Amino acid sequence: MKFLVCISNVPDTTTKITFTPDNKEFNKAGVQFVINPWDEYALTRAIELKEAQGGGTVTVLNVGEADTEPNIRKALAIGADDAIRVNAHPKDAFFVAKQIAAVAKEGGYDAILMGKESIDYNGFQVHGMVGELLGIPTVAPAMKLDMSGNTATLEREIEGGKEIVEVNTPFVASCQQPMCEPRIPNMRGIMTARTKPLKVVEPTTDAARTEVETFALPPAKQGVKLIAAENAGELIKLLRNEAKVI
Amino acid sequence: MSVLVVVECDGGEVKKSSLEVASYASQVAQMLGSTATAVAVGEATEANLAKLGEQGISKVLYDSEPRLKDFVNGAYTKLIAVAASKEEAKVIVLANSNIGAAVGSRLSIRLEASLATNVVELPKTDGGKFVVKRGAFSGKAFADVELASDRKIIAVKKNSIEALHEAGKTAPVESFSAQLTDADFADAPKEVIMQDQAGGVLLPEADLVVSGGRGMKGPENWNLIEDLAKALGAATACSKPVSDVDWRPHHEHVGQTGITVSPNLYIACGISGAIQHLAGVNSSKVIVVINKDPEAPFFKAADYGIVGDVFDVLPKLTAAVKELN
Repeated sequence: MKFLVCISNVPDTTTKITFTPDNKEFNKAGVQFVINPWDEYALTRAIELKEAQGGGTVTVLNVGEADTEPNIRKALAIGADDAIRVNAHPKDAFFVAKQIAAVAKEGGYDAILMGKESIDYNGFQVHGMVGELLGIPTVAPAMKLDMSGNTATLEREIEGGKEIVEVNTPFVASCQQPMCEPRIPNMRGIMTARTKPLKVVEPTTDAARTEVETFALPPAKQGVKLIAAENAGELIKLLRNEAKVI
Repeated sequence: MSVLVVVECDGGEVKKSSLEVASYASQVAQMLGSTATAVAVGEATEANLAKLGEQGISKVLYDSEPRLKDFVNGAYTKLIAVAASKEEAKVIVLANSNIGAAVGSRLSIRLEASLATNVVELPKTDGGKFVVKRGAFSGKAFADVELASDRKIIAVKKNSIEALHEAGKTAPVESFSAQLTDADFADAPKEVIMQDQAGGVLLPEADLVVSGGRGMKGPENWNLIEDLAKALGAATACSKPVSDVDWRPHHEHVGQTGITVSPNLYIACGISGAIQHLAGVNSSKVIVVINKDPEAPFFKAADYGIVGDVFDVLPKLTAAVKELN
């Protein structure tokens, strides 16, 4: 089977978020970028399924500028076979989905996997857009994925429970835990990743449908009001009479 | 040029988050000088749907196709697309739920619409633009986003807007058929497994949340969390390390790679407050932190705090709630 795994390049989870002086863009200065943690589930699961099938390929796809290549190489080191980078700044979810759909159409992939959302934009949109652009089913968010022949069995999370869903290839799944235990690269993987193919292609369209006008940080908290442990019941009174939340 | 809102129903009732979303839609309709129509999905009764009039809804569309009781991405997308054309909807509003995101993203392509998820405020429409404020960077920031397309789809985050209640107002419920075919049910579930709620409150829908971390020392101590949650009518949650070691199920994990909650009250017990955990809770209205370590970073993000042993403090809180009630 041919797997296409879409990854995005995001600020490390511990990053303190700041913006450029005009508040139009995220301030990248001094920030460590990582593979989006949700995408790691998609990547590892694709590799596990390929190994279980004893054949097939896992292709990693990123829509980003050249500075994302270290994380694409990391995905190759974890076990992907080859990679494609669409050479463009990811303007919005629609723009990214259009690039993924174009690559997917040309490559004829059986399964297109990605994380539930990116931890920077938190859109949770690309999966459905890609599925709709290609006219194939999407399962989002998927907590479990197994393959048997051309049929995928997935667990889809819904509020308050889950659905067991079966779809035939090709399909799109947006992945989340507890799908698998994300792998980290080993030394052999890092060595072989250097020579694995990484193809750079240009975007097929520059259309976008949304634009960020300005970013802002949440207002700072006023400071914590401490209540003595001996007097813990006092807290409940404050929550009712002062905060008025219970 | 109407506003269409998707209301999710469960067990005959409209979900609380959908009452908020319906209120959002009717306020957008008012801004645009138009009316808001609801399209219901899931299992609903006509009486409960009619009550959406209280949230300012003018009309409710309901397709009684039995297979729509469970979530099916393909069928829900078509249902809403058909309703949107019928109503000539320019703005479509959904809950920022798993269902809302799964359907909204497909709809945005089908209807050539701009899509914003995780939206926390009513739109701003100055100067002919349509701008919404949405959460980004895992709750660490907000973005004002312009929706440039003619049609707009908005998924509204839970607890960002107060539900309207104009007592006694009702909306007519119209049966409607989207002419769904078997092909629309390609991703229909083979089986639906609901969590054992045991009379508890569902975390994504909860107004009050009591959450435990490693400081609880083991799953055998969770009765302390559950007792307080039960007394308050709150849902229970946990930190990532707790779900990683299977003390609690994954669906209770709140944080950057778990679920994001925005309740009125979040009580964190024995959670130090790693930045990844804060990402999942920092849009809560009031945060209470109970931790024996006065240096725990969570206190910096809290409104109220108790420096003390959770095993000593929790029973006192539960007793105080019971006394108050």
